Amino acid sequence: MKNLSKAVALAAPAAMMSAAPALAQSIDEKVNEIFASSTGWFVNFIFSPFPGTSFPWIVAWLVVAATVFTFYFGFIQFRAFPHSIALVRGDYSDPKDAGEVSHFQALATALSGTVGLGNIAGVAVAVGIGGPGATFWMILAGLMGMASKFTECTLGVKYRNEYADGTVSGGPMYYMTKGFAERGLPAGKFMAVLFSIFCILGAFGGGNMFQANQAHAQITNVVGDYPGWITGLIFAGVVFAVIVGGLKSIARVTEKVVPFMGILYVGTALFILVMNFDKIGWAFGQIFAGAFTGAGVAGGMVGALIQGFKRAAFSNEAGVGSAAIAHSAVRTKEPITEGFVSLLEPFIDTVVICTMTALVIIITGQLIQDPTTGLYLLDAGASTIQTVDGNKGVALTSAAFSSAFGGFKYILAVAVILFAFSTMISWSYYGLKAWTFLFGEGKTTEMVFKLLFCVFVVIGAAASLGPVIDFSDAAIFAMAVVNIIALYFLMPIVKREMTSYLSRLKSGQIRKFG
Amino acid sequence: MTTKFVVGYDGSAASRRALDFAMERAAAVGATIIVAHVLEWSPYSFLTPTELEERHKRRGEELARAESHLMAPLKSQLSGKGVPLETVIRYGHVADTLCEIATDNGAAQIFVARKGESSLAARVFGSVAGTLAQCAPVPCTIVP
Repeated sequence: MKNLSKAVALAAPAAMMSAAPALAQSIDEKVNEIFASSTGWFVNFIFSPFPGTSFPWIVAWLVVAATVFTFYFGFIQFRAFPHSIALVRGDYSDPKDAGEVSHFQALATALSGTVGLGNIAGVAVAVGIGGPGATFWMILAGLMGMASKFTECTLGVKYRNEYADGTVSGGPMYYMTKGFAERGLPAGKFMAVLFSIFCILGAFGGGNMFQANQAHAQITNVVGDYPGWITGLIFAGVVFAVIVGGLKSIARVTEKVVPFMGILYVGTALFILVMNFDKIGWAFGQIFAGAFTGAGVAGGMVGALIQGFKRAAFSNEAGVGSAAIAHSAVRTKEPITEGFVSLLEPFIDTVVICTMTALVIIITGQLIQDPTTGLYLLDAGASTIQTVDGNKGVALTSAAFSSAFGGFKYILAVAVILFAFSTMISWSYYGLKAWTFLFGEGKTTEMVFKLLFCVFVVIGAAASLGPVIDFSDAAIFAMAVVNIIALYFLMPIVKREMTSYLSRLKSGQIRKFG
Repeated sequence: MTTKFVVGYDGSAASRRALDFAMERAAAVGATIIVAHVLEWSPYSFLTPTELEERHKRRGEELARAESHLMAPLKSQLSGKGVPLETVIRYGHVADTLCEIATDNGAAQIFVARKGESSLAARVFGSVAGTLAQCAPVPCTIVP
């Protein structure tokens, strides 16, 4: 009897262990099923194309807004570009404010939230489907997106909450409530609540689960396959230490290493371009030819345009409203100055970093062309361009860089992991701001969000929850729907600020220090 | 016009030696001492979103702590020495900020301690004393 019970006692955990993968599998399937059935309509709605095309209306929504802001503010992104650089350099910062958040710091923090997988994997997807021509449309959308960022970040600073203890909270939910009330417009509070809900969902999904999932995918590419929950637990532990434990050293190290990785990435890309300088003219020829003719890619010119616009919009988050939360902490008497600084963000993210990725892929000859016609060869499904070794996504970028530097895939893996981590830290903050807007500020409510955030890290890395991630991406772009409506209503306020500031700058009333 | 001496002070024993040395010189020539405490800060450092949010609050706390823990005890200790004493707390690069304070106040001299650091970092990036020796706008006394 004793032996029997011992045998049962030994057999039970063994049976549980053998059943565990099946159980985990069924949980994954169940979660997928529930999410797909309850949220599929929302995802389909957000990413649905215009009838008869494959052009998602949400991309048009972002690009049209960027175009409207560009014209409304008189091409401010080009006119104010040198002044933006001067602001970041601190030429207009009062030395008495040393020790406060500088324009550079607000910009760097916001950038660490946007520079990431979109710049590395996303561009490869765009060029792989839309061909080199996608790069042209991506740059154009990036340049236009600068005006959207300018609008939202100015409003973020103008309508932020400054508390008695010196801390600040800002972002679209604050300019929706306060800005709409100031202009006597209804529904500001309703829009702020809606935005906050989407922001929380986006933070859990695109800003968390997607990042954990892709970081795990990168690690397995280098070290071989192993269960995702291990990566998830490690990531969750580190995120927990930073956002709950307040372990600033880890975040500081990341904040220092991420820009370094960004510089290394761009530096390596530049080096590859210099090594192949004779092909740069040809590459730009491909980009311009592809932009207007399609050069044989799936969907022709429209296919290239869709991919380019989509990638720029998804990468720099201009119009989404997330950057307005990060930028609102800067110490300035003139909210518009943060608008000027923030317009550099899509420029660095899309016009510089994304373009570098695209150029390296094109110049290193990853996309296979027909030697006689010069057109790109499509794969069996005729949806993507054939690549050397059949690489797609991040693997395509990795192959392009590795063709020049053999060991670059390891550096790239580290970069992806760090970018993913810094994006998670940024989005944990964006989500928390939306959470406290809805549920009030307080240690308990904040702790609930932070713990939930850590749980989602594990889920994201462990499971391939496609529908969950689709839903989260849709939530991020739903933020843009609400945010851009608010920006249309509040843009006259930004214009007033801009006109006043520029006239004072011209008259010499606003001068450089030192 | 009163002669002014700027003394870099961070609460360390070495900086106290520099201050005492400057006090003797000030007593001899009837100069005013400006005790300067500089909190190392770069506007180009990287902060997390939470640090951005709390920066203004933390700055206030750091300034208050420097005043209550460093400057206030020093002022009470040195009040009866017969040398007029001013204090200033600033953020910035230590050597550059000491130079700015000296220029802004029309100081005649800067006094700083030499910590005798031989670390690799000091060799690569230079020490406060070394930088001042190169860049100070007025004579600079480095107290060992």
